[in-house]
This record gives sequence, C-alpha cells and structure tokens, in this order.
Amino acid sequence: MAENQRSEVPAIRLKGITKAFAGKVVANDNIDLSVYHGQILSILGENGSGKTTLMNVISGIYFPDHGHIYVDGEEVVMRSPKDALRHNIGMIHQHFKLVDVFSATENIILGLEDKSRYDLKQCVKQVKEIANQYGFEIDPERKIYDMSVSEKQTVEIIKVLYRGADILILDEPTAVLTPQETEKLFGVLRKMRDEGKAIIIITHKLHEVLSLSDKVTVLCKGKNVGTVVTAQTNEEELTELMVGKKVILNIDRSEPKNVQPRLIVKNLNCKGVEGVDVLKDINFTINSGEILGIAGIAGSGQKELLESIAGLQKCEGEIIFMDPESGEEKDLRKKTPLQIRDLGVSLSFVPEDRLGMGLVGNMNIVDNIMLRSYNKGKGVFLNRTESSELAEKIIKDLEVVTPGKTTPIRRLSGGNVQKVLVGREIAESPTVLMTAYPVRGLDINSSYMIYNLLNNQKESGTAVVFVGEDLDVLIALCDRILVLSSGHVSGIVDARKTSKAEIGLLMTQNTNKDGASDGRA
Amino acid sequence: MWAAFLRRAIMQGIPLLFGSTGEIVTEKSGNLNLGIPGVMYVGGIGGVIGAFLYEQNATKLNPILAVLIPLLCSLLGSLLMGLIYCFLTVSLRANQNVTGLALTTFGVGVGNFFGGSLVKLTGSDVPSINLTATSGYFSATLPIADKLGWFGQIFLSHSFLAYLAIFMALGSSFFLFKTRAGLRLRAVGESPATADAAGINVEKNKYLATCIGSMIAGLGGLYYVMDYANGVWSNDGFGDRGWLAIALVIFAVWKPHFSILGSILFGGLYIVHNYIPGLDVSGQELFKMLPYVVTILFLVGTSIGKKREAQPPSSLGLPYFREER
Amino acid sequence: MAEHKIKEPLIHIVKRNRIPMWKTWLIRLSAILVALVVSGLVGFLLTRSNPIRIYAVMIDGSFGTERRIWGMLQNLAMLLCVSLAVTPAFKMRFWNIGAEGQVLMGGLASAACMILFGNSLPNGILILVMIIASIAAGAIWAFVPAIFRSFWNTNETLFTLMMNYIAIQIVSFFSYKWSVPKGSGNVGIINRDTHAGWLPVVGGKSYLLNILIVLGLTIIMHVYLWYSKHGYEISVVGESENTARYIGLSVRKVILRTMLISGAISGIAGWLLVAGTDHTISRNTAAGRGFTAIMVAWLAKFNPLTMILTSFLLAFFEKGAVEISTKFGLNESFSDIITGIIIFFIIGSEFFIQYSIKFREKEEK
Repeated sequence: MAENQRSEVPAIRLKGITKAFAGKVVANDNIDLSVYHGQILSILGENGSGKTTLMNVISGIYFPDHGHIYVDGEEVVMRSPKDALRHNIGMIHQHFKLVDVFSATENIILGLEDKSRYDLKQCVKQVKEIANQYGFEIDPERKIYDMSVSEKQTVEIIKVLYRGADILILDEPTAVLTPQETEKLFGVLRKMRDEGKAIIIITHKLHEVLSLSDKVTVLCKGKNVGTVVTAQTNEEELTELMVGKKVILNIDRSEPKNVQPRLIVKNLNCKGVEGVDVLKDINFTINSGEILGIAGIAGSGQKELLESIAGLQKCEGEIIFMDPESGEEKDLRKKTPLQIRDLGVSLSFVPEDRLGMGLVGNMNIVDNIMLRSYNKGKGVFLNRTESSELAEKIIKDLEVVTPGKTTPIRRLSGGNVQKVLVGREIAESPTVLMTAYPVRGLDINSSYMIYNLLNNQKESGTAVVFVGEDLDVLIALCDRILVLSSGHVSGIVDARKTSKAEIGLLMTQNTNKDGASDGRA
Repeated sequence: MWAAFLRRAIMQGIPLLFGSTGEIVTEKSGNLNLGIPGVMYVGGIGGVIGAFLYEQNATKLNPILAVLIPLLCSLLGSLLMGLIYCFLTVSLRANQNVTGLALTTFGVGVGNFFGGSLVKLTGSDVPSINLTATSGYFSATLPIADKLGWFGQIFLSHSFLAYLAIFMALGSSFFLFKTRAGLRLRAVGESPATADAAGINVEKNKYLATCIGSMIAGLGGLYYVMDYANGVWSNDGFGDRGWLAIALVIFAVWKPHFSILGSILFGGLYIVHNYIPGLDVSGQELFKMLPYVVTILFLVGTSIGKKREAQPPSSLGLPYFREER
Repeated sequence: MAEHKIKEPLIHIVKRNRIPMWKTWLIRLSAILVALVVSGLVGFLLTRSNPIRIYAVMIDGSFGTERRIWGMLQNLAMLLCVSLAVTPAFKMRFWNIGAEGQVLMGGLASAACMILFGNSLPNGILILVMIIASIAAGAIWAFVPAIFRSFWNTNETLFTLMMNYIAIQIVSFFSYKWSVPKGSGNVGIINRDTHAGWLPVVGGKSYLLNILIVLGLTIIMHVYLWYSKHGYEISVVGESENTARYIGLSVRKVILRTMLISGAISGIAGWLLVAGTDHTISRNTAAGRGFTAIMVAWLAKFNPLTMILTSFLLAFFEKGAVEISTKFGLNESFSDIITGIIIFFIIGSEFFIQYSIKFREKEEK
C-alpha cells in the first residue's frame, strides 16, 4: 500500500562501504544497500555480521575506509553525527544515547540548533503533542534514570521525530521490549512509513521481519548476502540466507562413551540488569563424554546461562554437580568461582568476551596463562616457570602465531587470542568445559583445531558445552543441542537426527502465543 | 563584630567563588582541571605584570586603563593556561589528572617566578612590586557604603570584582541550566557519546568551557592580589585557595549559584579562628581544616546517598574518542 | 556533482594497532629533546644569555660539585620514594593523589616519636618505633579514602586530594604546639644535641643511608609488582575488573590492601624526610613531592626501574633550574616552570604512540 508513495530515488543508497577496525576485523566489506521513502527495510544477520557498524557509518559515528553514501540521490560525506542529522537521518541506538540525569524533554531537544529563546515549558508542550500524535504515553518531565527500558526507547523515538527525521534507523529496538510493547512500536513504525519516512530496522527475530518490513537485506560476516522482498519470502528462506548454505564439514565426531550426568540444572531463573527475565525455568543436564551444543539467536540468554553456572551471575534455582570420583552431589549455586574450585570442581569456562573477561589484553601470554593458576602453591611469589612451559606448549601445539611468549595478548589476532584462551582452559584438565562462541572470528584452520580440541576433551570424559551460532557446526560437532529462545529452553534435540530448519524454527519460536500468531499474520 | 566577620568572610570567599565557578563550568564539560590552582596564580600574576608595566611606563595613571590593562593581562594569562590544558587533554587525549597537576606546578611556578623576578627582568629601579595605585582603583567601593551601617559594611563595601564574581556565578548558573547551549555543554560532560550522536561538537564544547572556565578562575587570582592583598604580591601568598575552590565545587554540587553561599561559608570557616576567643595559634591551624573536612563529609554523604543530582558529571576525567569500541 | 558538497575532513585520527618498541622510545626521546630546546629557549628569553651556557649551568647545578651530586641524588631518592608509594595504587587505576598528605602524616608520626620519646627510649628502639608509627600513620591516611571508594564508590581523586589539606593543617597545628621558640610556628631541629631518632650517617655521607633505603625499596617494589601474587592481582584489577571477577578475585580486598601498602610507603618517605633529611617537621616537609611523584610514576608507566630514570630527569631539571636562577639572580620557581614544560611535552607525546593521523586520500574516481 505504500507503493504509490515511493519515490524513484532511494532515500539512502550505500555503495561499496568498507570499514575495518585497527587493522583487525573487517566489519563491513564492500556493502551495497538502498532504502526508499515509504519503505521499511529490515537488516537481518547474526551477531558480528556488521549490522551495527554499518548503521553507525550511516549515522556518522564511524568514518568508512571506502565507499560512498547517497542521500536522496546526492553523494554526501558524513564527517560526524551532525552531518547525518543535517540530512535528516535519525538513529536509535541499541544502547540508548540518553543523558541519565536529564529529563525526557531535555534529551529530546538536545543538540537541536534553535535560535529561539530556550523555553522548557514550550518544549514540554511540543513533546506532548508529538507523543499524542503517535499515541505514546510519556511524562516529558520525568528523569531518564527513573524510566523503564521501554519508556527510554519512547524518548529515543520522540527525539528522532522531534528533529523531523525522514530516515530512521533502529538498532534492535525490540530486544528489550515485551511482545505488547513491540506491537505498539510496530504500529508507530507502520504509521511513519505511511507518512513517507524511510525506515531501517535491525533485528534478528524472523517473525518481526516478516510482519513489519517491506524488504530484507541479509548480512553475513560483513557482506551483503542478499536482498529479498518480504512478501516473496518465508522464514525458511531467510534462515538459510542468514545462517548460510549447508556446508559440508568434516568434523570427526566420535560416539559418546561413558555418558553420565555431570551437571544438573533445575528451574534456573535469572534477571538482567534492567530487571527483565533473561532466563526462565531452565532445566537440562550436562553429561560427561558428550558435547552439548547451545543454539539460539544472540542475546537469548546464552551468556547468562554460562555465567550462572560459572558463579559469575546471580540466579535462582539449582545447579548440582555430580562428582565423578566420590559420587557426591555438590550445589554450585550462589558460589563464587573460587568457592567452586575449593569444592574440588574443575570447571573451565571460555567466555564470549575474550579480552574483556577471559584474558587481559595488556598482559603477555605467560601472564595470561597464569590467570587461572597463579594462586596455586604456597608462598607470596608467582611461579612463572610452569606457566611459561605451558605457554610454550600451547604456542607449539596450537600453532599460535606470535613473536614470542612475552608478547602482550592484545597484539595477537583474534584466532590466536582464542587459541591461548582455549588452550589455557583445557590445560586445567577440567571435568566440565564450557565454551561460548569459541570459533567466532576464526579462520577455517583455527576453527578445526578448536573442534578437535573439544572432541579430544569429550573423548577423555569431559562434559563439554559448546555455545555456537553456526548451525552447521553445531549439528556436525555436538551430540545434543539445546535451543534457547528468549530465555526459555525451546527444545533439546539429537544432533544426529535434526536439521537446520528444525533448529532455526526452534530458535525463532516465539513462546508468547499472541506474538507468534501476529508474526504470521 | 558580626558585620566585620561577614565582610571578611565574603572577601575570603570571592577568590574561591571565581575559582569554583570557573571549575564548575570546566567540569560540566567533563574536564577535571586540577590545574585550577595554577591557573589562579597565573591570573593573579598576569594582572600584576600588566599593572606593573603600566605603572612603570605611564606618567599619569588613567583610572580606566589602570583597571583594564591588568584585567586583560589576567584574562590572557588564564586563557593560555586553559588552552594548554585543552590541547593536551582534548586534542591529544592526555590523562587529565596528570596534565592538571603539571599545570598547577607550572602555573604556581610562573606566578612565583615573575613575582620574584619581575623587578630584575624589567630592569626597574624599584625595590619590590607594590601596586597600591592600581589596587586603589580595583578596590574602589561605592561611596554610600559607609553611610549605611552594618548593611553597607556587609553588602556594599566591596569592589567591582566581588560583584562580578557573584554576577559570574549567577550568569553561569543561568547559562548552564536555562539555555540550550548550557544543556548541550552538560550533555557533553555527562555522556560525550550521546552529545556527539545528537550532533553536538564535543571538542569545541570542551575547549570553550575549559578556556572560559579558566578565565573566570583566573579572575580569582586577580581579585586576591589587587583587592584582598592591596596590590602587594607575595610568593605563595595565595596559598591553597585553588584547592579550596575545587573543594567548593563538590560542596556546591556543581551548581554555581550554590557556590555563592558556599564561598561565604568556606571563607568564614577559613577565618573563623580569628573570631573565637581564647584560641591559641595552634588551635587556629586546626580550625583552618574545616572547609576540607566539610567537603569530605559532603562527598561521602552524597556518594552513600547516591542522589543522582549530587554526583559529578558522569564522564568527568575521561577522554573521548568517537570510534572507540 | 553539487558544489556545496562537504569534503572529507583533511585528517583523521585512528587508533594505532601496534608500534615497534624502538619507535615509542624514539617518540619519547624526541619529546624530551624538544622540551630541552624549549626550556633553553625560555631560559634564553629570560636571561638573554647564550643558550649553550644555560645548559652548562644546568649541568653544573646537578653535577658541579660532589655536594651538588649528593644533593641531587637525595632529591632523586625522595621523589622516587614517593613515586614508589603511589605506583601500586595507580597500577590498580586508583587515583591516589593524596601522597602529599600521607607523607606528611608519616613525617609527623616520626617527629612526634622523636619529641616524645627522644629522651626516654634507647636510640635503636626509638628508630624502630618511629618506623612503625610512620608506616601506620601513612597507611591510615590512605586507608580511609580506600574504604569509602571500595564500599560506596566515593570519588577517590577528590577524597585523597582533600585529605592532603587536612594533613597539612594537622601538621601546622603541631608545628605551633612544638615550636621553638614558643609561638614561632617552627619546630626547629629536633634533638639537635642528642641526635636521638636521627638516621645514622653511613660512610661519612649524610644522605647515603636514605638513598640506599630507597634503592632497596625500589627493588622490593619492582619484585612485588612483577613477581609476587599480590602484584599480579593489582595488575588484573587495574586492567579489567571483569577478569578479576572471572578468576574469583575480590576487587574490594585488593583495593584495600593495595592502598594500605601505598600509604605505608608514603609513611616511610615521611620518616626518611624527617629522620634522615630535615630533622624537623613543617607543613612544607613533603614539598609538593606527593604531586610530582604522580607525574614521575605516570611518565615511567608505573615501572619502578624506569622511575629511577624519570625521577632523575625531574631532579636534574629542578637542580639545573635552581642553579640558573641563582646564577642569573632569578627566582627559584624557575624550576617549576621547567618541570611543567617537560611534563607537558612527555605526556603530549603519548598521543603519537596511541594514535596515528591519517591524511585525506586523493580523490578516488
């Protein structure tokens, strides 16, 4: 229905946008894309596929290394966000750009060049008008720090509207919203589209893409892998585009041996920073001698699940460790990592945030290897000999490319950083090994090396958890796959019998019945 | 006696008021300028140099020039200090604390150096710097002050710089909390990334706020030497008032209009020992720590209370680089 | 193409990925050289004397006579000692700018022991009591802000700063209490006749023992930071509190413990200043070293051994500038100006190590 309003010239056209960070990852690789007035474009893609970077390029936060941006057919240069605003581009960031101690109105009028006298009351009135026009409920004089997430988002949207933006970019706006709030937001967005605004929305919830957008562009590993008209596609096609064509992987998967329950998770619940449930009633068992895969769209609770088990996250419920030697049951809940270790539980954890949590970027390889073991043994001094030997062994066995073992870890490439981290965690000869996205950003050879390491661990009787995003890998590597969908376990499947389509549907399954039916309307 | 005490407290408070107003404007942009004590020294010595050169070279002093020249020299001196700080911390993203401390060392050095060597450097034949003539113009008060009893003594017996300080504090408050530009500046100090995304030029705001803040603070030094000290520069005479001004910022919870009363309170606390009967010299020294004790209690109170409006600007002391991930 | 088109900006600042070691040192060395040239220039403008002569006078100020060399070394040692004190805190990203007060409190404790027990305790025991008292006084002065920071996240920069002035006033109070003659505000040389509590003179050089003690402390601090478990924990907490949590470290415990150590070393510095150098106490005993030390430690990137070099740099320039002022009849604050200039250049040069500047590429078609 918006067809007739659509102009011939794209509101935004990107040509060959490339952006790399500090010579490391290429976040955007030669991306072309366009969106017209009166159109909603969804950008779909896995975590790390470069969606946010691309939007930051459009809104002037990142300056691209190469490429051209056209607004209404004319080439523009975005030196700063100010230039983007001048072209009436408004962006709603995933992490809201709001000043906490300001009121809603102050945030909304911030940065607007207005020569008129600053009259806060007048501004409050204008904000109210816009809110009424689109049916938002908001107290314009309320401080941001008193607001809930959805209220904050409302402020962000009104901010963009107040500035009279013609082109809206929303970065995962529904991630923090309830289904009802989401539906309301979509109503507003549809209204804006009908008014002739061009809208780009980043999401990875397929039913939202289908219910809202006119066109979908799928990014994968920094590249545009396809643009389709929403009306002519379906969840299966989009899933395939997003996760890629089936790849033949040659991972040697052995049959699980000596399978015994090692870690039993019962009724695990966990709240996030904003007070939202991030994990709801999680029940599952991790067995020794097998690899348990965890699939799910990014942010479905994977991080919180692993951190709860590792003693880094507050949670409710039971986490019971079955000691393989004594047969004792040990409760790990509400224990710190040190207390868990003192219980005699050897639990290794490769976190998603390698340099922010698992390793210290400015320390050298030996000192990073030492993180887990530095406190072993009596005495006040460090014993670097063992770590040094272990570092040499890891560098040799895992073919870590580094000038030496005393090189600061941040100088290594992503794959080599990961090898050091995984190498260290495996060296502890753990009973339970949890890995979060261990092959993200790694090349094929390094990835295979990690797969083999995990397989070796499994064969030696370790209970291995593998959180992954590549479904082909999950299916080829794991024995069982647990699928998370917005904090729920939506299914546990046998990896040898399942298919990508089945997992893909479980991943996007909306546990809220209303939301699901809406998604297919 | 009360009137005399209040008058002295206000006179003690004026340099602090200039200093804290300048520092509040600076800190609202997210720059923690620990160089303020140095800036105030430079502001003071700038005025001294201007006045000294004018007195030495002019045969007859013109009242307007006698005020204007030191004033401009003082402003120029503190502006340069502000520029040094900004160039290092904003453009070169150097650590703010280290830069600030170095700026204080440098500024105090400049003040004491020229204070001690100006006579020799200019080859004059006077024994020491004594600017009573210029000071006379600076400390001129309203003629009606004497006739109005205690009221005149407390409120009207001050020089124009004192009223300028109060005006500056009120003006800064108006600017910060009642104008769009002030809103933008506060946004920069709270969250530069948000300000940047809203199209605000973060670097420009930081430069402007810090430089203007420095110039305001520098006037505190000028007031001290020209009015309070009657035009006599003595090395280290300004003492630790610069740090007291920074303490006052905390006490005024980053609101210049609060620091007007705060400065009088601090000024009073600073000299209250003179008015307590039977206090020996050593006891007086203990009383002089009061402003700092009060500040610490206040700082602790606000951090335990976690009242949002009483916290420092969120990004205070942190450098900003847009493409940081 | 439209004429009003916005051009790509001329320069872009990009974070550097890596930079070879020799290049970082080249950048720092050139910064020092430029600073030297600028200080020479400032000296020339003020004295109108041949710049070469100015440098010669500067060198003369530090190395001219044996006495001057000892004086310079003593200055270096005291500055280094305070720098050692602030280093563990800074390595942990705890902005302890209260070393000035911690040193003063340490010095005050020493002076108090000398005055109170000078005639009653045997010298050996007196010195021991003084050391313990100084360490305790410095540590307490650092511990208070640490408690508030670790429990309520009270801003430690401002807190420690304020603690300095409370310490100064407390010392002032006692200066009057103990002043000789009464009411002068000067304590005067304590135990002038008995030398009770004075640091013994070793090898006929009055400052040698001070220097040796600081040298010992430097080595201990180096070992502590690089080879002990505590030092390792400090680095982890400073680099990433998240990682500290991940390995099960109590961030609060590390902060409290490290600040105790930081304050204790400040206390030792105070003891050395009172018992080994001045033999008196006044509000100027710390003489701004608490602040200068922060710059020394920062310039050395918190490496105790490099700090010998940076404190030498500052001590040398200070003595040199003082010599220039005496030679040319200028005020001795000249040295503060020079110190400021040097630090400006060195911290400014760090930018070129962290970031690189990319110029606009030629128009691509």
